[in-house]
Amino acid sequence: MGKISRRKLITGGLAATAGVSGLAVATGLAKRYVLVPPDCRGIYGAGETLTYAAQRLMTRHSLAREFPRSMISEKPFANETSPPNDAFKRHQASGFLDWKLSVDGMVVHPTSFSLADLRSLPVRSQITEVVCEEGWSYVAEWIGTPLSEVLNAVGVLPQARYIVYFSIDRDWWESIDMADALHPQTFLTMGMNNGDLPVSFGGPLRMRVPRQLGYKSVKYITRLTATDNLKGFGKGLGSASPEAGYAWYAGI
Amino acid sequence: MRPEQVRLDGGRLCYSRDVSAVSTVTSVRNSETLRHAALVRVTHWITVISFFALLITGGEIVISHPRFYWGETGNVNMRPLFTIPIPSSRDTVPTGYGYVMPDQNGWSRYLHFQSAWVLVLTGVVYVLVSLWNGHLRKNLLPAKGERSWRAVWGVIARYLRRAPADAAEARSYNVVQRIAYLSVIFVLFPLVIWTGLALSPAFNSAVPAAVNVLGGRQSARTLHFFASGLLVLFLVVHVAMVALAGFWSRVRAMITGRVVARQEHTVISEKSTVVR
Repeated sequence: MGKISRRKLITGGLAATAGVSGLAVATGLAKRYVLVPPDCRGIYGAGETLTYAAQRLMTRHSLAREFPRSMISEKPFANETSPPNDAFKRHQASGFLDWKLSVDGMVVHPTSFSLADLRSLPVRSQITEVVCEEGWSYVAEWIGTPLSEVLNAVGVLPQARYIVYFSIDRDWWESIDMADALHPQTFLTMGMNNGDLPVSFGGPLRMRVPRQLGYKSVKYITRLTATDNLKGFGKGLGSASPEAGYAWYAGI
Repeated sequence: MRPEQVRLDGGRLCYSRDVSAVSTVTSVRNSETLRHAALVRVTHWITVISFFALLITGGEIVISHPRFYWGETGNVNMRPLFTIPIPSSRDTVPTGYGYVMPDQNGWSRYLHFQSAWVLVLTGVVYVLVSLWNGHLRKNLLPAKGERSWRAVWGVIARYLRRAPADAAEARSYNVVQRIAYLSVIFVLFPLVIWTGLALSPAFNSAVPAAVNVLGGRQSARTLHFFASGLLVLFLVVHVAMVALAGFWSRVRAMITGRVVARQEHTVISEKSTVVR
């Protein structure tokens, strides 16, 4: 190796200074704009944080691709779910008339919504693709109440940073940040392709988060909680997915 | 240009800046010459590690759905373009094996994207520095006299004859190598990165054209698979050529940067440049 020249020393020093101050600025920005995912620790934390931060900055307001009606899949695939528990079977037997969505946590008015209550809020539809982490996909029309309408109705507090949502299947729960929770395409879905949402596709109530992979679109939703911290839920990794080895953020 | 550093047999170091000084080493039988600059060596091995991580984890992810489609959508209810005849890690995929492999997608996906970050950032540093220091112009773009089919054919014919390499190749790449490396760096890697990003629903919401121009999500997935296959093909040929050229001497050159050049007199008196 040659001797270190003055020029090299200066450029090296400048690069190091730029690197350190860049890192400091990045950390500050990450904290301010919530760019660190709850599963940021461990050997894959660095990559996960880079992905989440980069995509969150790129996609705060972007809309998932919507498709013409002609592209709705003739043969969508529902995927398997765990066998329904007794509580679900009882609801199914009574035609889901007593199905309730309870909304609590950092909200002004904790409320319990029936499906009819949800239908009395603005109902929208979107033709978007369900994308599974395994690689398969289908396009369907999804009809439901934007989550933002529900959050407005209960008065979500400004310090809330995440919405945690739970399936009637106790092992299945997820959470999203407020950018996704308030996103106009994030729906509490009750209908599919001009009919009721079939049970196999998540009926009577499914969360649809079309900018993330299918496993964030939890089926059979019964409860939402607004929170500023995910530490208190499960193992504190943000959702059931990281506890099973999958990433919390599923935008990729 | 930096002074040429040549280590003599006795361990004495000789720096030669011009051709007149070169004459002092012409009689040396076994001397070492710089073949790969530090940037090339470091980025090469980081790329090797991250590429293998991407390949293994990508394979694991494919196992969860070893069917490929064309167009926007595709699932087990639809006809595939082709199927890889292996068991799947999901019992929802009809493979005909009656056997379900263990699910490895969780850590595979984490590691796939982490390795992708390492590979992309390494690639960006490599390309920017190569543009800056002239490595791209001097060592990757085919030299003026070699931009012809004749030159390409000449190298291939030499490969086929198993004839020894030109002396100049001790320090730089021949025209076929240059074309291969340029294709990998500027065609295959960008293609595999692009088709990979086109599989991200969030990225597609920000840049819908990325997936739309590929013909849809499933086309992007199939192209991602083929682009990876071409990279593996390059890897196989690359390692085979390294083995033919002398595996350990070439691996050592990519680690230490130095290669033993027996025909030092020819090498030095030529105007060829150091691969850096």
